[in-house]
Amino acid sequence: MSKSVLIAEDVSKMYRLGLVSTKSLAHDINRWWHVVRGKEDPYRLVGEANDRSAKGESEYVWALRDINFSIYEGEAVGIIGRNGAGKSTMLKLLSQVTQPTTGTIKVRGRIASLLEVGTGFHPELTGRENIFLNGAILGMRKREIQRKLDEIIAFSGVERYIDTPVKRYSSGMYVRLAFAVAAHLESEILIVDEVLAVGDAEFQKKCLGKMGEVSKGQGRTVLFVSHNMYAIKSLCSRAIYMQNGTLKNDGNASLIVDQYLSGYDSMDTARAYQNTLSDKAVYLEKAVCQNAVGLEKYMFTADEPIRVVFTIKKKTPVRGVFLHFVLKNYEEVAILETDSREGGYPEIDTDLEGDFTSVIEIPSRILRSGRYHISVGIRSEQHDPAQIESLAAFMSFDVLADKSPRDARRNSILSTILDWKDAGRVEA
Amino acid sequence: MKAQEHSQENWDLVIRSKTHWLSLNLRELWRYRDLLMLLVKRDYKASFKQTILGPIWFFIQPLLTSSVYAVIFGRIANISTDGNPRLLFYMAGVIMWNYFSTCLTATSATFVTNANIFGKVYFPRLIMPFSVVISNLLRFSVQFLFFFGVLIYYMRMPEYTVHLTWAVALTPIFLLIMALLGLSMGLIVSSLTTKYRDLAHLVGFGVQLMMYATPVVYPASFLEGKWKTMLELNPMTAVIEGFRFAFMGSGAFNPVSLFYSIGVTLVLLFISIILFNKVEKGFMDTV
Repeated sequence: MSKSVLIAEDVSKMYRLGLVSTKSLAHDINRWWHVVRGKEDPYRLVGEANDRSAKGESEYVWALRDINFSIYEGEAVGIIGRNGAGKSTMLKLLSQVTQPTTGTIKVRGRIASLLEVGTGFHPELTGRENIFLNGAILGMRKREIQRKLDEIIAFSGVERYIDTPVKRYSSGMYVRLAFAVAAHLESEILIVDEVLAVGDAEFQKKCLGKMGEVSKGQGRTVLFVSHNMYAIKSLCSRAIYMQNGTLKNDGNASLIVDQYLSGYDSMDTARAYQNTLSDKAVYLEKAVCQNAVGLEKYMFTADEPIRVVFTIKKKTPVRGVFLHFVLKNYEEVAILETDSREGGYPEIDTDLEGDFTSVIEIPSRILRSGRYHISVGIRSEQHDPAQIESLAAFMSFDVLADKSPRDARRNSILSTILDWKDAGRVEA
Repeated sequence: MKAQEHSQENWDLVIRSKTHWLSLNLRELWRYRDLLMLLVKRDYKASFKQTILGPIWFFIQPLLTSSVYAVIFGRIANISTDGNPRLLFYMAGVIMWNYFSTCLTATSATFVTNANIFGKVYFPRLIMPFSVVISNLLRFSVQFLFFFGVLIYYMRMPEYTVHLTWAVALTPIFLLIMALLGLSMGLIVSSLTTKYRDLAHLVGFGVQLMMYATPVVYPASFLEGKWKTMLELNPMTAVIEGFRFAFMGSGAFNPVSLFYSIGVTLVLLFISIILFNKVEKGFMDTV
């Protein structure tokens, strides 16, 4: 069994919400008075679980509450959870950016944390100068950077601009250079927060490859926060699932990711799209998901058809209007793209004005379990961006894991039930 | 497995909620010396990017300021300069005071201006104020060379009695006092302003006002009685008077007051490092 390189023991972090004001000064004085008398901080007792959507009683919330885990040498661990679950707070504590309210974290070896790419880049300095500065901020010695300079420049793919101030860089080039520096850090533990969301597809792939190399090839420990479940599954062997500041589950990455994706049960509200403020002549006013009998819902079982109902407002007669619909799965892979012209020429296409509804139905037993994102745009054959709100809705719905073991075992993107025909035994 | 974990208690880093009030990790600070030098280089390079005159701006600022002082305080107010050429007298005061005041104001904003970097990556926070003090020392050195040029010009003119004295050897001590005094006062302010910014408002004009309580635009000999005593309570008085004595041979330089300045500086430095240490770990939550 390999040895642990990082142990978190009963780690908690409390934050106060609201503004810094005379009221917070009064609280600080009260707290200080308690500490002076050797009593416990009174505000720790009133801290609440961190549920960002529910209105709470207390101004104090526990961003993290009693977190315990150990990470072993050479592991690649993904940290997942919804926004506000405490993932980034955890990483901040590990990177020593802030300190825990209670608890201890013990670390063996050097930690390099990448909570953001390009921290400390100075716009006036050239790419080369920034490599040195950024490397030093991340804890590298000058000699170390010198030795790896060529490698860093090659990895970034911005050789041509290396002696130009970075303020002249495109945002993609900037990120490339910054990640290249961080990727060449020599530390035993690497902490990475959602930095792969930037850069183009090719570069993202390169980054993931580099991280895989770091953890699998060089045997270094990687802690990785991401909402990209595909990346978590492919990079990490283990995942930690956080919810409202507590550790919900910890274990095999694939299993935890699946649990996370099916665990949206508390979120079946307010996912409809509504827009009443557009000044365009044609725009999407409303979009909702419904089941077969017209009940609005966003959690479906695999046996239910999913109906998406769009209400389009047309204030002037514009011809040739149609809806463009893209369905993406949780890995942001587009799995279905269609537009309303496929349904013949509905009334929306005529020069009538008013409200139009358009319905699309995804039959049951097509999609496997997981979260899906819908993006819808309004397009027009006589393209006139001044009149049409082209990018419209972005919604999501979930297909719950099937109770039957068949769905869970399918690894394909779709889990469509196909009509297998028994053609009978072929006579010899 | 539990037993095994307990047996390996040699951790490189332990992060806790409370740190010892005097846990200044000098070894770690030393490990980041490259960062310190790169930050100094950054400040230097970044301040002259896209300028044509470049470092010449270092001269222009004290030259113009001392000329204006020479007109206002010298010619109009007719304040004595202890028999020294006015331009030289004010220039000595201006470059010295500038160094102290920029150290103070720049370090006092350490947490606020660097919140961005501090919030994303850990390195010993003291590196930032140190880099400010060193970059400004660089600027001071250039200004000092310019001052020295002006000094030589006046030394060759027979109507003035400008001359160097033995106290020139104390220059490094003057500089060190100024640097540490500016640094520690700045650190104290920055530590006290992470949550409640009120004090930061005081710094801007406070430094300005403090200049008038220091013999920058007048010689210490200008004051008498209780005013003189009050002036001597200011730890910067001995530094500026000492500097003028060293390079121009004028003024009342008193070694006792220099020791007083050193004492005040050390006390403030001690307080500032304790305060800074206390807030640096958790300031991100309140800044």
